[in-house]
Order: sequence, then structure tokens, then C-alpha cells
Amino acid sequence: MSVDKATVAKIASLARINMSEDDLDTLVPEFNNILSFVEQLSEVDVTGVEPMTSVIPNQQRLREDAVNADPLTGGDIRDKVLANAPVAEHGFFGVPKVIE
Amino acid sequence: MTDLTELGIKAIREGVKAGDFTAREVAEGFNANVAAAESLNAFITATPDKALDAADRVDADRAAGKELGSMAGVPIGMKDLFASEGVQTSAASHILEGFKPPYESTVSRKLWEAGAGMLGKLNLDQFAMGSSNESSYFGEVVSPWRKQGSDAKLAPGGSSGGSSAAVAARLAPAATGTDTGGSIRQPAAFTGITGIKPTYGRCSRWGIVAFASSLDQAGPMAQDVTDCAIMLEAMAGFDPKDSTSLDMPVPNWEAALSSDLKGKTVGIPKEYRMDGLSADVAKAWDDGIQWLKDAGAEVVEVSLPHTKYALASYYIIAPAEASSNLARYDGVRYGLRDLPEGANLQEMYAATRAAGFGDEVKRRILIGTYVLSAGFYDAYYTQAQKVRTLIQRDFMNAFDQCDVILAPTAPTAAFELGEKTGDPLEMYMGDVFSVPASLAGLPAMSVPSGVNGDGLPLGLQIIGKPFDEQGVLNAGLALEERAGFTAKPQKWW
Repeated sequence: MSVDKATVAKIASLARINMSEDDLDTLVPEFNNILSFVEQLSEVDVTGVEPMTSVIPNQQRLREDAVNADPLTGGDIRDKVLANAPVAEHGFFGVPKVIE
Repeated sequence: MTDLTELGIKAIREGVKAGDFTAREVAEGFNANVAAAESLNAFITATPDKALDAADRVDADRAAGKELGSMAGVPIGMKDLFASEGVQTSAASHILEGFKPPYESTVSRKLWEAGAGMLGKLNLDQFAMGSSNESSYFGEVVSPWRKQGSDAKLAPGGSSGGSSAAVAARLAPAATGTDTGGSIRQPAAFTGITGIKPTYGRCSRWGIVAFASSLDQAGPMAQDVTDCAIMLEAMAGFDPKDSTSLDMPVPNWEAALSSDLKGKTVGIPKEYRMDGLSADVAKAWDDGIQWLKDAGAEVVEVSLPHTKYALASYYIIAPAEASSNLARYDGVRYGLRDLPEGANLQEMYAATRAAGFGDEVKRRILIGTYVLSAGFYDAYYTQAQKVRTLIQRDFMNAFDQCDVILAPTAPTAAFELGEKTGDPLEMYMGDVFSVPASLAGLPAMSVPSGVNGDGLPLGLQIIGKPFDEQGVLNAGLALEERAGFTAKPQKWW
């Protein structure tokens, strides 16, 4: 299967990445090369084969049902959470206005 | 006095413990090598003071008669994919430039607790996506190796290219790496060093910038097999903060090292004898087979029939997971923000991600977005995960007949920088021998086997059963003892 420029533009928009016309012109043939390469998977007989969900058998665990069971990943660290934000105001992340 | 920067982990640890030299002297030696090697571009951020502080603590502990850790006095390089508290952790990207984590990754914390110190943060392919270290926002890493009679710049491999270059050039006795489809093993092979990717789940992924979470696994890169065993022991272990962490004890791999392979069977996968395998790599592989026989192993041919589909499966699954993982870079919570005049929130996301990601990262996010999109999900992603099941089944069938598998690490020796950047698919093909073990979650290691006609190192790969790092390390040790690899890059930097 091959994709056209409009399709790649649509994918880029879904992925929230701006692409110029030049970017798209470069990407479309690369995209199609990669897709035609992975296309060979369709020839594999996978009748009765389950898709892999866990590469090493492992049990899902639940953490202790307690506030701040692990202080590293718990609460009360607002300033640390905001420390790397490009814009932080009044204890919140700052973003462009979303409601007119 | 010996040059302390020629020493590996074990020799440094023992020397510090015995009082032959101080940890501070070791750290000073490596700090000087790091500072003098800017032309290799192996480090994104050097942290000489951190190395000295850790060394001083070890020297003080020794003076106080305290018990020293397994990595005591060993300064290491940290791939810039591991979160370092208060130190820029960039994943070699523009979008994370300036990001200073308020926490430390589990793996690096364990290394510091074992007495290691940090020389700096090592360069890598951007978000660990690449096989040559050319996709870094902070510039390519140059391998310390050169072809005989040439001064063309060679790739140190990728994505852990800063790690491989630093260890090969003696800027660090060891370094951390991460391996998603070969990113520890291939750079180790390209630079004549040793590296192991353990069983998926051995090392915590907490605090490692995520690329493809079902594949990402940390591991050590060092001068030899023994050093890898020591360092892996310090890195591994259960971590409740990683839902895929293995809740099982960490064996004492170093103590159980043995190169006697009597009673062991080594499988040689016939499908790995493929077109594109260079003659020197084929020769190295044959040497390796003979060495393992000499070590007492029986050698049998095994079949991994779905090998030819591994790359295609990988280049769907890894980008799919990457597109999901990298959705978090939105210009809101950390890292870069690009807010064009008058832009709304959605436009800010798209502008930020366009400015912050490099070409290879964008390519993979888009491929991943495509194969996960409605209407294509089953044809691509589900199919790839089914093929992944078959690839793992191939290995399990092979392990009915053998204990470990011997194969080349990469189809060629190191290539020149720029040689493969024009064709992403050609670059992907270089991962053909490393990707299958990643898809199956298996422990796998690369050990240097010799040099080719150009004087460049080649690596042999040992792949083991799940949880059998010991079998992998032991076979690696048997190769190492017989290969007698002593070649070093001639210093030009």
C-alpha cells in the first residue's frame, strides 16, 4: 500500500507536528519505502497466533492503597512538578487561552 | 605508575580497596580524559565535580573502615536518557534541552549507592532512535577508531554511541546504555568493547526517557565480561515503580563466572547466514564457533524461521510505542515551547513538536501514528505483534536444543558517518541480528572478537534464555579468553 501527500499531511496533523510542503515532499517517499518494507509481514501465516502482550510473563501488581505510598511519586510536590514548565503561573501550568 | 584510565571496573575497585591509589586520583584521571576529548563529542554534559564528590565519599568511607560498594571508586558515564537529579537530561533532543529532573532514575541511583560516580551525561541518538549516533541534536559522536590509512570519521554505533566511544577512548571505564533493538550491542561491537542487555524487566525503566516501553532495557557497557557482570549486578533489581520490573532476586553473576562450557550446547541459527553478511564477519563467526567448542561446548545448528520478519515487526512496534510515548512532549509541562504569535493551544503543540523533534524522531512518530490509526491497526500493529509471538516461539523452540545462541552482533564493522543517513531503511537493516532478541525480551551480549582487514573491531553476540544472564556471561567469557582482543584505537583526538 502506498500513501499520498494528503495522507501524510493528515497523519502529521494527528501527531501534532507541523510539516511544510518541503518536509512532506521529502517524507512521502521515505514513508512509502518503509511501508513497502513492512508490508512483507502480511505473508506470514498467523492463524491461531495471539498477538504478544507481555514479552516476559509477569504479574500485574497493585500498590498499597495509601496516600503517598511512595513519596517520590506521591503528592505535595507541586513546585517540583512545575519547576520545568515553560510557563507556570499561580501554581498552574500556563497555556494559551482556550476559552473565548 | 600505571595510567589509571587504562583500568576497568574490577581493577579500579580492587585498587581503591587495597589503597594502591585513591578514588579521587581515578576520577581526576578520567575527568582529564573527558576534558581533552571534545572532538569525539561523546558527552553532552560533563560533571567533573560529581565524579570528584563521589570519589571523595569513597575515599572517606575507606579511611573510616566502612565496607565499600561493588562499584566503589569507579567513575562512569551516564547515557543522557537516564534522569539525573538536577542535571540536564536531554535524550539528545532539542525538546528536552534544559530539562532538569527533580528525581534520579532507579538504575543510576543504584549505581551511586554502589559507590560509582558520574563523569557526565553521554551523547546518544535522539530519543535513542538511530544506529549511528547521527540523530543527536547535540551533534554526532565520532568513533575513536579509524580505518587503517584513513582519517574518515566513523560511526560509534547507536543509539548508545556516546557510551561506546567514551569506553573505547578511555574517557570512562564503563558506561550505562539502553537497548531497544540493539542499542547496547551494536555500538559495543563497533568500538571493540563489551555490552549486555539483560532479560526484559531485570533493570528498572523508572526514570529512563521512554522510547518503546515493551523493548527498552538498560545494561552496562564496559571493557570486558567481568566488568559487565559487576555493573549489571549493581543496576538490576526489582523496582515497584516499574510495572514490568521482574520481582526476582539478582544473582551474583560475578562470583559465578566460569568459562568452562562442558555440558553446554551452543546453537548456530542457520537463518543468520544471510545476504549482506560481510566476509570478515562470517569469518569472525566461524572463529567464535571454534572457540566455544574449545571451551567444551557442543555446537548444533538451530532454526529461527521467522528471522526475516523481525525487522519489519520491529519497525512497526517500536514506532507505534514511540508515537504514544512521545505524545507527552507538548510544550506545557517541561522542555521546549514554541508559541507563534496568536497561536492557539493546538497550534502551539504542533509548532513545539515541529521545532523540538529531529527528522528521525518525526519519521518514527508518523509511522507509529499511521500503523495505530483506525483502519490500519489490525493490518500493521496487530499483525506485527502476532509475528513477534512467532519470533519468540522460534527462540523457545531453539532453546529446547541449546543453552545459548551464537551469532554476529552486526552484519558489518563500523561504517562512515554520513554513509547511511540518506536512506533510513538501509540504516534499519544494520539491526538485523540484534532486533530478534529484543523482540523476544532475551538477554544478549556483544563481545569483541578481533579486527577486520581495515583494523576495525568486530563483535560476536551471545543470546540466552530468559533470566539466564549467567549463561550469556559465561559463554561471553569463553569467547573473550580465546579471542585475546587487545586492539585499541590509536589516539588522534
